[in-house]
Amino acid sequence: MTPPTPSAAAPLEVTDETVETSPSPSTPKGGESRSPGQLAWRRFKRDRTGVISACVVIFFFVIALAAPLIAKVYGKDPYTTYGLNTPGLLGDNGFPVAPNGGISGEFWFGIDPQLGRDVFTFLLYAIRNSLLISTGITVLVVVIGVVMGVTAGYLGGKTDWLIGRVIDLLLAFPSQLFFVAFTPVVLALFVSPDENTPVWLTVVCLIGLLTLFGWASIGRLLRGQVLALREREFVEAAKVTGASPARIIFKELLPNLWTPILIQATLTLPLMVTTEAGLAFLGVGLQDPTPDWGVMIGYAAKFYQDDITFLLFPGLAMVIFVLAFNLLGDSVRDALDPKTKR
Amino acid sequence: MSNTEPLLDVTGLTKHFPVKGGFPIRRTVGAVQAVDGLDFQVAQGESLGLVGESGCGKSTTGRLITRLLEPTGGTISYQGKDITHASRKQLAPIRSEIQMIFQDPYASLNPRQTVGKIISGPMEINDIDPAGGREKRVRELLEIVGLNPEHFNRFPHEFSGGQRQRIGVARALALEPKLIVADEPVSALDVSIQAQVVNLLQKVQEELGIAFVFIAHDLAIVRHFSQRVAVMYLGKIVEIADRDDLYGNPRHPYTRALLSAVPEATVDDTPRERIRLTGDVPSPINPPSGCRFRTRCWKATEKCATEAPPLVQVEGNKPGHLTACHYPETGNSAPADRLDKTPRAAA
Repeated sequence: MTPPTPSAAAPLEVTDETVETSPSPSTPKGGESRSPGQLAWRRFKRDRTGVISACVVIFFFVIALAAPLIAKVYGKDPYTTYGLNTPGLLGDNGFPVAPNGGISGEFWFGIDPQLGRDVFTFLLYAIRNSLLISTGITVLVVVIGVVMGVTAGYLGGKTDWLIGRVIDLLLAFPSQLFFVAFTPVVLALFVSPDENTPVWLTVVCLIGLLTLFGWASIGRLLRGQVLALREREFVEAAKVTGASPARIIFKELLPNLWTPILIQATLTLPLMVTTEAGLAFLGVGLQDPTPDWGVMIGYAAKFYQDDITFLLFPGLAMVIFVLAFNLLGDSVRDALDPKTKR
Repeated sequence: MSNTEPLLDVTGLTKHFPVKGGFPIRRTVGAVQAVDGLDFQVAQGESLGLVGESGCGKSTTGRLITRLLEPTGGTISYQGKDITHASRKQLAPIRSEIQMIFQDPYASLNPRQTVGKIISGPMEINDIDPAGGREKRVRELLEIVGLNPEHFNRFPHEFSGGQRQRIGVARALALEPKLIVADEPVSALDVSIQAQVVNLLQKVQEELGIAFVFIAHDLAIVRHFSQRVAVMYLGKIVEIADRDDLYGNPRHPYTRALLSAVPEATVDDTPRERIRLTGDVPSPINPPSGCRFRTRCWKATEKCATEAPPLVQVEGNKPGHLTACHYPETGNSAPADRLDKTPRAAA
């Protein structure tokens, strides 16, 4: 069994994928009509970068979801301090005895200094936690952004004015500073300072704050799109036949908004991954020993001058993931919106 | 004109769009008087043409009749029922009887819906279940408008402009309306396609007995299509008459000027008088006092500036021929032959 590093596994999967997809374009032939969505899917399948990125992204999500299973098969967990429990793994200076951060047949990615936890399972769970939080934030951000944007754009008037000013305020706000300054305050509202903050509360707080500041840009974008769409004659045609506002929004407008929504979602998720990791690194997000990308990088940053291995695994994994996701976002946009193709 | 009760009766219809300005508190500083006091009737099965240059309020009138816009004043009654300020729920039973065909066939069809969905949408909204199912009805409608019924699963982007307009016609027909407001239905199409679509509309009008309010700026097409024609200028009807009356005996100077601008089809005709209007159409925010056409009229006098001419049957007009002018043109030099009797649209 080879170590399933993302970089090594991704091309493997890609070759499978291309073999699978290459014969398929020839099958749906014969004058059948295709929806704009099907056309976009065909364009996407032809985009090599997009397909590779999609596979990398899918791979990350699969290992994130399957982390407990992989850890079970592998036989380790991210919390046990193997280095302290088993003498001989860590040296007197607290660093692993084995070379390259203690990489061995037993510890595939080595063990971390001082505590001697297993880096591989820690990374798995870190990816899992980070992706779950970021996906949660992205879903909330997109839902709130769509609701607010469509409401503002469709209703117009005072509602539009109010939502517009709220969006202005949120976009003008130095959100990163706000997170750093305000997260402890929010947490203190729920937990007295001498108690330990439960992990779920930190997670809820993180999701809440990032959502609060995240929906504004999607909201503004969709408001503009709706403003442009609602004056189109097909909306008037629906009104003439007596369509209700709900029907116009869900049946006439929303199908035309999937493109910007999808594009924004694919751009928001990697942003949230990095923001969340950044906050954890700064100490206001998740805290050690909860596995998290930012926590891991923050912990490794303490030792990178002596041994860079600990920084290498989480850092590289994150760079690959964010890069792949951003490229995927580009490809999705190109596929959905052929006119913007470079 | 039929002697029964009119299908649509419009009196004093007015639409002013507020102009907002001012800082910091925005308030209404003026109004675009897009439509200002229209009176007309449409009889069952009749086609009323609405002509006029850009910005004279033709499309606004169409949108007021279909109640896409809320009128500022006046009344619209449909079959004796006042629908001027009816809410969406109150309008529901009438919605299926007044339909609209739009100008731009590229904007009036939702790009994400199949043709079948587009045409069956109105039936779905109004809970109409035709015998044999909606799909069968969609196929029928496609056949009526001259499209392949097998294409009901296609998307609008797979059709040409003329075909799309046919889909728009099919959608309007789906509810079996009694009145169709056609807002420049052919002006976005190629001339060769225009004729096809106009002929399709004519066939629909004759075979299904649907009344039309046909908005256009092409006089030849209106003449081909409408039994009665109303000429609009700056938000008002300046002249309304039966087709042959209006084209043969225009009484309002503006109507004359419009008719004289129609290109000649025959070269060896005696060169006709061409009335050139000078100046621009005044702004509808601040229309001229009295007669709105006086700023460009060669006959304007003091009276025109102080007194707005009523739309009445002036001396020498046939019944039903109404003109809003203090000094109507005399019918002698009738420019009837100016317009080819068989316009290009019929070819």
